Amino acid sequence: MTIALSRRAFIQASLSAAGGLAIAAFAPELAGATTIKGEPWSPEAGKAPDEVNAFVVIDPDNSITLRVAKSDMGQGVLTSMAMIIAEELECDFAKVKVEYASANRNLVDNNIYQSMGTGGSRSVRGSRVYLQQAGASARARLIATAAARWGVEPAACVASDGLVWHEASGRSATFGELAADAAKVALAGEPAIKTPDQFKLIGQGLKRLDTPLKVTGSARFGIDTRLPGMAYAAVANCPVFGGKLKSYDFAAISGRRGIIAAMPVTNGVAVVADNFWRAKEALHAMPIEWDFGAAGSTDSAQFAAEYRAALDGPLADGGGHGDINAAFAQPARVVEALYEVPYLAHAPMEPLNATAHWQEDRIDVWMGTQAPESALALAAKAGGVERKAVFVHNCFLGGGFGRRAVNDELTQAVEVSKALKRPIKVVWTREEDIRSDRYRPQAALRMRAALREDGAPAGFNFTTAVGSITRSLGWGKVENGIERMAVEGLANCPYRAAALKVGVNLKNTHVPVMFWRSVGSSQNAFAVESFIDECAHAAKRDPLEYRRARLEGRPDFLAVLDALADKGDWGKPLPKGVGRGVAIHEAFGTIVGEIAEVAVSDRGEVKVQRVVACVDCGHLVNPLTAAMQIESAVLYGLTAALFGEITIKEGRVEQGNFDAYPIARMADAPVIETHFVLSGGDKWGGLGEPGTPPIAPAIANAVFAVTGKRIRSLPLKNASLGA
Amino acid sequence: MINLLVNGRKIAIDVEPEMPLLWALRDELGMVGTKFGCGAGLCGACTVIMDGEATRSCITPVSDAADKRILTIEGLGEKELHAVQKAWIEGDAPQCGYCQSGQIMAAVALLSHNPRPSDADIDAEMSNICRCGTYPRMRAAVHRAAELVKI
Repeated sequence: MTIALSRRAFIQASLSAAGGLAIAAFAPELAGATTIKGEPWSPEAGKAPDEVNAFVVIDPDNSITLRVAKSDMGQGVLTSMAMIIAEELECDFAKVKVEYASANRNLVDNNIYQSMGTGGSRSVRGSRVYLQQAGASARARLIATAAARWGVEPAACVASDGLVWHEASGRSATFGELAADAAKVALAGEPAIKTPDQFKLIGQGLKRLDTPLKVTGSARFGIDTRLPGMAYAAVANCPVFGGKLKSYDFAAISGRRGIIAAMPVTNGVAVVADNFWRAKEALHAMPIEWDFGAAGSTDSAQFAAEYRAALDGPLADGGGHGDINAAFAQPARVVEALYEVPYLAHAPMEPLNATAHWQEDRIDVWMGTQAPESALALAAKAGGVERKAVFVHNCFLGGGFGRRAVNDELTQAVEVSKALKRPIKVVWTREEDIRSDRYRPQAALRMRAALREDGAPAGFNFTTAVGSITRSLGWGKVENGIERMAVEGLANCPYRAAALKVGVNLKNTHVPVMFWRSVGSSQNAFAVESFIDECAHAAKRDPLEYRRARLEGRPDFLAVLDALADKGDWGKPLPKGVGRGVAIHEAFGTIVGEIAEVAVSDRGEVKVQRVVACVDCGHLVNPLTAAMQIESAVLYGLTAALFGEITIKEGRVEQGNFDAYPIARMADAPVIETHFVLSGGDKWGGLGEPGTPPIAPAIANAVFAVTGKRIRSLPLKNASLGA
Repeated sequence: MINLLVNGRKIAIDVEPEMPLLWALRDELGMVGTKFGCGAGLCGACTVIMDGEATRSCITPVSDAADKRILTIEGLGEKELHAVQKAWIEGDAPQCGYCQSGQIMAAVALLSHNPRPSDADIDAEMSNICRCGTYPRMRAAVHRAAELVKI
């Protein structure tokens, strides 16, 4: 492909030559600390000649590059995954470099990185063992190489700080001197990996490796991609999900400056220009006609009524135990409540985007994706090339929260690139990002408890009507009318009762649904943890003590709850108009308890002042990034609890930007204190999501403590709390 | 041609006067440290400093920026890291990092006219959105940066 050097490209080139205006310069004091490139992807083939194994590359100059096969969307995996490998490798962590593993390599090299998808709070708990193994294996090969050179037993050698030592003779060799031969060593067996009591690096609160890039504007997000000859595409997705493009009038905009083309793409139409602003302005001005289909007359009030009605059945068996009929036969009291939650958008700060360069025999993709392997397959399908000829250059992700697990925007970029035979960057405006999301499902939950004379629950009967994520994504078949996401937090309710019955009605509308930080726990914890408060109130007990009494036999929950009561000052006096609410929930293998201190003004304004979180994730790789994830999860859930609501009118999403879909800002942010209550053992829980579920019920329970008004529908902004 | 003064350098660009400064910076000049978040002046990801004031470049026509002193994230740490950047590193503020260029520029502007801001001042003036919830660490980092400036 030949592309004439545009005037713009000329300006860039001269500016760069003149003094690096186009490239953020690193300040001198950071130069030594640059352990990640602004472009974090690995070289094209993903295989270096000097790699000891797929995760560890050691150059003759002793520089060590560790590969991370998970995506960093803010949770710090580029640091924590590298720490796990380095723990076993025995290198100087201050000197390692880190890059993303290649999805193409994973495809052609027998899945050597296992699953590269990032989600489900799974990075550490799903890959720790094989990352430790990769580090240990590399270390054993380096030691074996040195031992063979020196004619000594490997057992007489040790590795530390990037050197192999033979203690008896005092000989040593650097990893760099050994690496090339080490790669060829065949070990009789894989070395044992360390147990937690042997960890030196894991457990340290090391600073994130990507921070210097992120305070200098040097981290390259997908949206920052710039390629020679690249054009920019703005996309209008059909405003009603499932609708179709009927027509568009390119002639109306084709004379505008910089406009190159317009064309249909999957789910909509794209306008291509030499600058994104020109593309989006022209798209906005271009007449487009759609066929909205039957869904074009639906709205949120209708959906809410349908979800409420769906609670009456037919219901699938969502799990439980004991005889629910017996439990409800002669209760002293039945407590019943209906909880409702809306659709929620992910709204990552970096709007969805993808850059594709289609060529006859290969496709290159630059974007931030949580699912590089799926992205590779999507691009291959859209572009009609073999999967092994697709190269995904994963970038920094400007937030993910589940949204970047499915890359609708990539298909569009490949389609346009193929049609125009040049690199194309598709960017969704914020309005497209919010209106063409795949949302946290809307849901209704009916919670019933049969209480005994002493206030203890004899039975819980939970019913949920919620959209199926499996069906919406077309990812396999729903078996027996349930999916795990719909019942997480319900079927495994920790509170002891003689009987538990969970009923499920999976019901989808035309609105697509997907994984949203903490998935089903985001609504189920709100219902369970608000409802247990209602039971405590009905039983005239302290909400924390009531929970405690129901958690006998769950020492893991009790340890977290007791720490929380202590750290969160439960029962201590608060000023008038301020109350505390508590919630505790287990998700993704981690138990998180939170106490929220909430002020409600006479006019009904809600301010969350302080949140104390106690967390049992078993073990920690990096306490600093772990605490940051809890802070992040709390604020993500706080935004949803206070403001989050996607509503449908005439089949389409009403909200389009941060005015109508508000996000918590600095002034809304509470003080957040995180404490880890680690049970150790075999437990390695996740951390990206489990901090989110408890915050909505903790806030709602605090609002009840202040006002006596029970919040059964989110978001709180819709509640009338004024005097 | 519109004359811009970006990070101390004069640049003439030939674009529509109504093109927002954000897109002139990103797509015309290749300075992609300044981010697109909303296009409506609502989130602050695009914040630059123009004649000393924090300015949302996504709603600032490039013609309004002509001949004004524009400072972007690329110009902030050119020779030595700014106190705000140092405090951000010290306090481990960024997560995904996407909003951080704008947050840092907003903090720099805040400190330039209010060297010792209170929490209430920070709440009032740091109105940029962060979806990762880095607010508590950014608030602490603004206080730390105020100390670093004084030192």
